[in-house]
Amino acid sequence: MTPEENFMRKIEAGEKIEPKDWMPDDYRKNLIRQISQHGHSEIIGMQPEGNWITRAPSLRRKGILLSKVQDEGGHGLYLYSAVETLGISRNELIEALQTGTAKYASIFNYPAQTWGDMGAIGWLVDGAAIVNQVSLQRTSYGPYARAMIRICKEESFHQRQGYEIMVTLSRGSAAQKAMAQDSLNRFYWPALMMFGPHDSESAHSARSMKWKIKRETNDDLRQKFVDQTVKQIEVLGLEHPDKDLKWNEERGHYDFGEIDWDEFYNVINGNGHANRQRIEHHVRAHEEGEWVREAMHAYRDKKRSAKQQAA
Amino acid sequence: MTETDLKQATMQYVTRLGDDSIILSHRISEWCSNGPFLEEDLALQNVALDFLGRARMYFTYAAELEGEGRTEDDFAYLRDERQYTNLLINELPRVDFAHTMARQLFVDVFNTLFLQQQLQSKDETLAAVAAKAVKETRYHLRRSHEWTLRLGDGTAESHQRMQNAVDNLWGYTHEMFDVDALEQQLIEAGIAVDSAALRPQWLEKVTAILTEATLTVPEDSWVVRGGRTGYHTENLGHLLTEMQFLHRAHPGVTW
Amino acid sequence: MATQELDLYEVFLRSRRGLDHKHVGSLHAEDHEQALEYARDVYTRRSEGVSIWVVRSSDICASQEDDSDSFFDPSDDKPYRHAMYYELPKAVDNM
Repeated sequence: MTPEENFMRKIEAGEKIEPKDWMPDDYRKNLIRQISQHGHSEIIGMQPEGNWITRAPSLRRKGILLSKVQDEGGHGLYLYSAVETLGISRNELIEALQTGTAKYASIFNYPAQTWGDMGAIGWLVDGAAIVNQVSLQRTSYGPYARAMIRICKEESFHQRQGYEIMVTLSRGSAAQKAMAQDSLNRFYWPALMMFGPHDSESAHSARSMKWKIKRETNDDLRQKFVDQTVKQIEVLGLEHPDKDLKWNEERGHYDFGEIDWDEFYNVINGNGHANRQRIEHHVRAHEEGEWVREAMHAYRDKKRSAKQQAA
Repeated sequence: MTETDLKQATMQYVTRLGDDSIILSHRISEWCSNGPFLEEDLALQNVALDFLGRARMYFTYAAELEGEGRTEDDFAYLRDERQYTNLLINELPRVDFAHTMARQLFVDVFNTLFLQQQLQSKDETLAAVAAKAVKETRYHLRRSHEWTLRLGDGTAESHQRMQNAVDNLWGYTHEMFDVDALEQQLIEAGIAVDSAALRPQWLEKVTAILTEATLTVPEDSWVVRGGRTGYHTENLGHLLTEMQFLHRAHPGVTW
Repeated sequence: MATQELDLYEVFLRSRRGLDHKHVGSLHAEDHEQALEYARDVYTRRSEGVSIWVVRSSDICASQEDDSDSFFDPSDDKPYRHAMYYELPKAVDNM
């Protein structure tokens, strides 16, 4: 059996591929692209919510938000450590993010303007991410699958805390309810876009499916999300942002309105409110940390050479 | 002192401790997504969460002692600069990582000593808070101790930054050891910690760490006081503006 | 300007007394001490562990897939190492 055949045999048998196994170059590249993009999304995703920690309207909410944003960072780290098993370093990852050669989820280019957005992001953005991540627990690359299992376990609270914010707002004062509706309106469609372009338009989809990196298509996952969200909006007593939404008895799913893909590509291509801000923020923090990291190295080297001299 | 007076005094004292915790937590939480590298970012948020947890326990207890139906959030969100009684060192801006770690070193050494005493408090709630906090603080100190060594004895730049931070903060450390009439009463009642008595040990420990880190212990040439009486630096107003605006913009609602 | 990379450490957690340490992921740190602390901060946020091991990744020596024939196949022909290899009378077969 050639290495390729052996690789495909494992994929087809549902066995995991592990770091030191032979794998096609394109499989490796594809994984690096997808996992690092996923990791970068967690890291950049800390910013819109981190932006509200100091302004959270109650101490309970502040604690929850701080823990949640910390989790995002932790999940970024799990994913970075998964992608590092493929022979790419943390420095390379950071550089790719900062120079724009690696992407992150475009949803984080939308501004988190109001407290309602903390609700909508947790509920819809994390909710959409979870639909995707649950599916990825079965991805073919071992370290990625294990990171996903860990992340899914921890993220169940993220969506619930977001929805809880929405419940509280929509049962609160008129101003709070309006805040909830406004956040829902602004984040609903971008959340649907998080699943990526239609399968027919998706550049990486088919091959990723063949290699079982992706386990379900963009459109299937999006449908799942649309379906599960209908009832949740109803319970909140808010207006559904999609006027074309309609139950389709035959399909057993909701039909929904067409996504504004021009907006999707517009934001990806740099015209979102926060594209520049997010990367600049990351670069600034990284550069401001440079002297700290240098000090650590210098201190360690001093300690090591002192040890050697003593020996 | 009547029982009511004692309760009232304890409420004020507990509020001070809550104020210290919430303000420091706020400052540390500003590091979120701004840390020098990812692992440290996450570690800082753990520390911020620990102080937030303390603030909530203290404010909840203060509200209970007061007995007027106020909540932890009323204490955090509905008091102004002049009513806040945190020590000034907690409200100073984070500036850079050196200032943050120098502040942590001073506060963490203080808290290890302070909480050790609070464990003995006749007030059961205070003793219980201390039992939880003392463990957290031991870990905080482990971190700030190590960081002081790394930064003090790292590169020329880190040494200079750390020395600046130590010098800039030193004048704010003195009020940690002030005891006013309110605290004196409570010390005599076996409730409050006599922080004045902690100064020699604090100085010894801090001197040892700074020296090990090749840093110079500053002369006691300037002292700023006033936190406990609500006499704050200008920084606190801005901090509270940010922290309280949303809560205050919608009076009386639930979040 | 990129600083030289911090060392990569692998993290192992014992989730409960009596269980094995299990690999959970990796992180970057300057030395073992710091790696342990960060492992605590990063991998035990929900008190998942009672004990942590950290090992510098470069110190791990791993078997290669290419070696797996010579490493693991030889065990395949030693069924007598497994309990079910032995047929015992029914009355005592729960041994």
